[in-house]
Amino acid sequence: MNEKEKALRLKRLWDLAPMFVEGTPHAKFLGIKFVAIDLGRATLSLPYSEKLVGNTDTKVLHGGVLTALLDQASGLAAVSSFDDTVPVATLDLRIDYMRAARPGKIIIAEAHAYKTTRHIAFVRAIAHDGDVDDPVATSQASFMTTARGFKTNTDTLAQTLARTEAIKDLPPTTKKGAP
Amino acid sequence: MTQEAQPQITEAKIAEALSRIPYAKELAIRPLLMGDELTLILPYEPHIIGNPMLQALHGGAVGAFMETAAIVQLWLMPNSKSLPKPLPKPIGINIDYLRRGKPQDTFARAIIAKQGSRVANVRVRAWQNRYDEPISILHGHFLIAKADKADKAGKERAGDKKTDKQ
Repeated sequence: MNEKEKALRLKRLWDLAPMFVEGTPHAKFLGIKFVAIDLGRATLSLPYSEKLVGNTDTKVLHGGVLTALLDQASGLAAVSSFDDTVPVATLDLRIDYMRAARPGKIIIAEAHAYKTTRHIAFVRAIAHDGDVDDPVATSQASFMTTARGFKTNTDTLAQTLARTEAIKDLPPTTKKGAP
Repeated sequence: MTQEAQPQITEAKIAEALSRIPYAKELAIRPLLMGDELTLILPYEPHIIGNPMLQALHGGAVGAFMETAAIVQLWLMPNSKSLPKPLPKPIGINIDYLRRGKPQDTFARAIIAKQGSRVANVRVRAWQNRYDEPISILHGHFLIAKADKADKAGKERAGDKKTDKQ
């Protein structure tokens, strides 16, 4: 991809990413919110909720909730790392739980697809509640593009070209210091 | 683990464990007890879908379900004499996604591969139509919660000077 194509792709991702998150029933169910996207990077957030607690004694979020958040963020980073918008499926996911998430705090998940091949993306992600150097959990995952691809690109060429005007004021990209 | 060491798992104990995990209630996870073998059921609901186009379950939902199976299974093990005791905490888990989770009920069973005094290694299999065709497998380490304070105090009073040693 040349610079212009990259910019177009990024613009497209900013348009699509919020829909990817909101269009995922389980992400919506958990209350996961889209924050930012870049080529190969994605940031999502999850507000604290009583119903997502894993232990009534400590009020700490269920580990599985972090699994879902990290999976979602990593999947989005994987999608954004491919040249085309193709659906992906998680092959495997490893999570390390560093510490308990503080009750009441919003969790931020930052994912980085650090290597992408033709069909596979390797993604690292970090979940924290404000300080990226004090993570709640980190993860390592691999994704593959699914065989049954679908086209999300319904734009006409004219629409795409019209968009190039808007590229001048591209939205801020995700934090460069992400994992 | 020898047969004799298996716990007497009762429906009441399982219900107590699940009642302490609000998110398990949110996913409507329910138990199925056959003898001493516990199977958990994740009933299908549209809100656990991760990919609406493929109608595939969300990896996070399946992961949370398997993690719950591991925690409940561990909590039911008789590693502490007194109940209630704190729930085990996950340290690190690995999940392999083997097949697409179809929009139907999912089952999970946990096996404790190794139970130490502080850390346990657990394997969980999740399946739908056939046990032989798992949709996902989890393995991971969990921190076994220490005996609660009351229990500890009781031990100290009894003159048990055993420290954390090596």
